[in-house]
Amino acid sequence: MRLSIVDYGAGNLPSVERAFQSLGAESERVISAAQLAAARAIVLPGVGHFSAFVAALKKSGLAASLRAAFDSNIPILGICLGLQAMFATSEEAPRDEGLGFLAGEVRALPTSAKSPHIGWNQIRHARSSQLLRDVPTDAYFYFAHSYAAPATGDCVAAVCDHGRAFAAVVEHRNLFGVQFHPEKSGQVGARVLRNFLEALP
Amino acid sequence: MTLARRIIPCLDVDGGRVVKGIEFDRLRDMGDPEALAARYNREGADELVVLDIAASRDGRATFLDTISRVARQLNIPLTAGGGIRKLEDGQSVLRAGADKVTVNTAAVERPELISELANQFGSQAVVLSIDAKRMAGRWEVFTRGGREATGLDAMEWARNGVARGAGEILLTSIDRDGTCNGFDCELTAAISTSVSVPVIASGGAKTFEHFFAVFGDGQADAALAASIFHGEIHSIHALKAYLIERGLPIRVEREL
Repeated sequence: MRLSIVDYGAGNLPSVERAFQSLGAESERVISAAQLAAARAIVLPGVGHFSAFVAALKKSGLAASLRAAFDSNIPILGICLGLQAMFATSEEAPRDEGLGFLAGEVRALPTSAKSPHIGWNQIRHARSSQLLRDVPTDAYFYFAHSYAAPATGDCVAAVCDHGRAFAAVVEHRNLFGVQFHPEKSGQVGARVLRNFLEALP
Repeated sequence: MTLARRIIPCLDVDGGRVVKGIEFDRLRDMGDPEALAARYNREGADELVVLDIAASRDGRATFLDTISRVARQLNIPLTAGGGIRKLEDGQSVLRAGADKVTVNTAAVERPELISELANQFGSQAVVLSIDAKRMAGRWEVFTRGGREATGLDAMEWARNGVARGAGEILLTSIDRDGTCNGFDCELTAAISTSVSVPVIASGGAKTFEHFFAVFGDGQADAALAASIFHGEIHSIHALKAYLIERGLPIRVEREL
C-alpha cells in the first residue's frame, strides 16, 4: 500500500521516506487536502513549534482531511510533533487547538532534567502494542523534544521517563503515534516502521 | 530507564573529502565521507557530526552535496555546520538532510542568529558550538576555528546561548584538541552544570579511559571524536562494550 506522507512545508521528510523505502514501501508527499482525502495510509511527521505546525495544517485544509481520515478508519502514524498534534491542546501553544483525536494536554517536560530531551532513551511497554511487536523491552530510541503527551490514558502503549513519565507510543483505533524518531533510531526504529506497515489492512 | 551517553564521531570535511589537520595549513586525507558514515552507522554510532572546516562560500554547494550523500547512509541523527552565518544557511543544511545545525563564529558576532534558527526549526535543531581556552583562571571563547579571542566567558556565553534557544552545546577544549591527553573534564563539568541542555564534549580523546572520564568527572551527555575512529584504531562497538562493562548507560545497535 502506498503511504501518504504529510508535507506541511517543514520537517526532515527525506529521512522518513528513505526509512519506508528501505522497507519496500512506496510513499508520496501530500501537500493538499484533496490529495490527503484519497490516502489509504497516512504518516504525519512533525518538528518545530506546536503552534506553527497546527496552523500550517489548518490553513492548508490538511487538518480537516486528517479528521475525515481518522473518522473513516484510515491508519495514521504521527511522529514526534505529529503525535503531539493528535491531542487536544499543548502547553507550548495554549491558545491553539490540536487535532483533538485524543483527550489530554501535551505539557512541557520538567526542568529537573536536561531539556530538550535529546538522545537515546529506553521505553516501558505499558500494554500489548502493534508498533512494538518483537521490539526488545530494553531497546533504545532517539528522542528530540521539550514537550510530551500524558503517560496515562487508554491510548498509551509505552511510556518513557525524563523528569517525568510521558507517552512514548500511543495506539488508539486507527491512530498510531511515537514521540521518538523511528527513522533515526537504527534497527529498532526500522522495526517499529515495519510493524506499522504490517498493521495496515 | 536512563538516557544513554552518546558516542558521536565527527567528519571534518573539505572539498567533499574527510580531512585531518596535521599542522597549520596542512591537511591529511582521511577518506570518503559516505563510506565513513556508513561504517559508523553500522558500528553503532549514536549520531554523526559533519563540519565544513573550510567554510568558504565557494565550497558551499559541495558541502551541501556531502550532507545529502552522508544523510542517505544513516538511520541515526545527523548534525552539520561550519560557516553558518544566517537563517538561510541553516535552512539549506537542514534541507540537505541534517537534523540539527551547529553555529559558532556568526552566533558570537550576532547572537540573534541562535533565536532566529530556534524559532524557525525548534531548539532541538540548534547546537551552539563553543571553542574554549583556559585564560587566567577562566575559560574564554574563541572563534574563527580557535584563532580569535572574543573576551567572552565560556560559561556566560553558554548560558546566554541556551537562553536564546540553543538546544545543545558542542564544547571543544582548544587546550586539549589534537593533544591526545583526554577531554578537559573540568571545563566540561563547569559548562554541563551551568546549563539546562545536553553538552557534547570534544577535544583530546585518545583512549577508552578518556571517554569514561568525561562521562563521569566531566558530566558530559555525549562525547565527540574524529580521527581516532577514522583510522580504525578504535571501533565504536569496542568502545561501547568497554563503557557498558563499567556500568554506563550505553546503547548498542543490534540486528532485528
